[in-house]
Amino acid sequence: MSQRIPITVRVNGVTYQREVEPRLLLSDFIRHELNLTGTHVGCEHGVCGACTILFDGQPVRSCLLFAVQADGHDILTVEGLAPDPDHLHPIQEAFHEAHALQCGFCTPGFLMTLKPFLEENPEPTDEEIREAISGNLCRCTGYDHIVDAVRIAAEKMQK
Amino acid sequence: MKPPPFDYYAPETLDEALALMAQHGYGAKALAGGQSLVPTMNFRLAAPSVLVDLNRILDLSYIRTASDGGLLIGAMTRHAQAEKSPKVADTYPLLHATMPNIGHPQIRNRGTLGGSIAHADPAAELPALLRAVQGRIKAQSARGSRWIDADDFFTGFFTTALAEDELITEIHLPPLPAGSGWAMQEVARRHGDFALVGVFAVLKLDASGRCEHVRISMFGVGDGPMLAETAMGVLRGEKLDDDAIATAAEAAAQKDVDPPSDVHATAAFRRHLVNVLVKRTLTQALARAAGQEVTA
Repeated sequence: MSQRIPITVRVNGVTYQREVEPRLLLSDFIRHELNLTGTHVGCEHGVCGACTILFDGQPVRSCLLFAVQADGHDILTVEGLAPDPDHLHPIQEAFHEAHALQCGFCTPGFLMTLKPFLEENPEPTDEEIREAISGNLCRCTGYDHIVDAVRIAAEKMQK
Repeated sequence: MKPPPFDYYAPETLDEALALMAQHGYGAKALAGGQSLVPTMNFRLAAPSVLVDLNRILDLSYIRTASDGGLLIGAMTRHAQAEKSPKVADTYPLLHATMPNIGHPQIRNRGTLGGSIAHADPAAELPALLRAVQGRIKAQSARGSRWIDADDFFTGFFTTALAEDELITEIHLPPLPAGSGWAMQEVARRHGDFALVGVFAVLKLDASGRCEHVRISMFGVGDGPMLAETAMGVLRGEKLDDDAIATAAEAAAQKDVDPPSDVHATAAFRRHLVNVLVKRTLTQALARAAGQEVTA
């Protein structure tokens, strides 16, 4: 029979203990085991970026990791981005203000990609912004409004 | 779109990993960054019965200066580490310039140099870079270790000289010849995607201004990284003026490659790109060899 492996994972500041089959993708673990469905699954082969989460602070594609690999690691998903239930994160505010989403499917992946990017690059050029989001596909916006939002978010995060 | 079942091991030492590879043999796959292996498992193009996860072996991740002045890089070094490494930027500008072309930021945070080389995608940058600089790959197994020249390592489509119980543990990038120039260019539909065609060039002139050393390594045009042997032969011993470079580029496109046609590009377009990119990389490498600043 297939293995079941115990793991302990910290997600959005909460520690979870579960037993997982090795082949369970981290994206499916987050969505189906933890019911955190803000992490979206688009292509499931590392192209679209919708499933991007922060793994020990670094943006990675959760569909290209197995849940068992997250044992002992710290994860942040889009549910953990806002400071509290009544306020949005500055990047979320900026996306709202600049109309940087239409259907919203890709948005969690963009937000999680951009958080560490803007923390490390507080005043990015447009070229740097486009490079930063090159691994995230959006089929609605044409990206211009997303780039606008990143500029606005950068200003907000400076304050 | 879900991987088939497998048994999972996460050794914390290299010795344990090598023992697992020896024990499980052909059915076992090493899991490095997983940025190529996991998609192929999700598509069920690969169905290993055992995964040996190398991510807990922390001492396979390093970038050191080699005794010859080049670099020794641990196999589990992530692309992002090499991309951001001041040592790489200072001592190996060719590698530094190459890193941002490998995948996207999220992929570089996870993908490893050793994994990319072991995977041997014919459209990947690092295998072609290794051939351009005559790098070496250290393969280890429970039986011992050996160094394999990059020219002997890539044996075919996604195929390498690694035995089924061997792991890549280190790569060696020798220093470029003193006074040489280098360049790297690729064309991809979307920046960070696998290139349609890419070219590395390294060259050096002798005191009389003739070509003393040249390596032109191409990716995306065959079943592995390929040298443009005919083009290199055209250039050796010659003055590298525009005519010589154009002749070499034409030779590379017409004689050194037999590129595939696929949904991304026709064979004719790939040949055209080989011609253009060989010309550009040789021109840039020549400028760098002459001490000129070259911007992308």
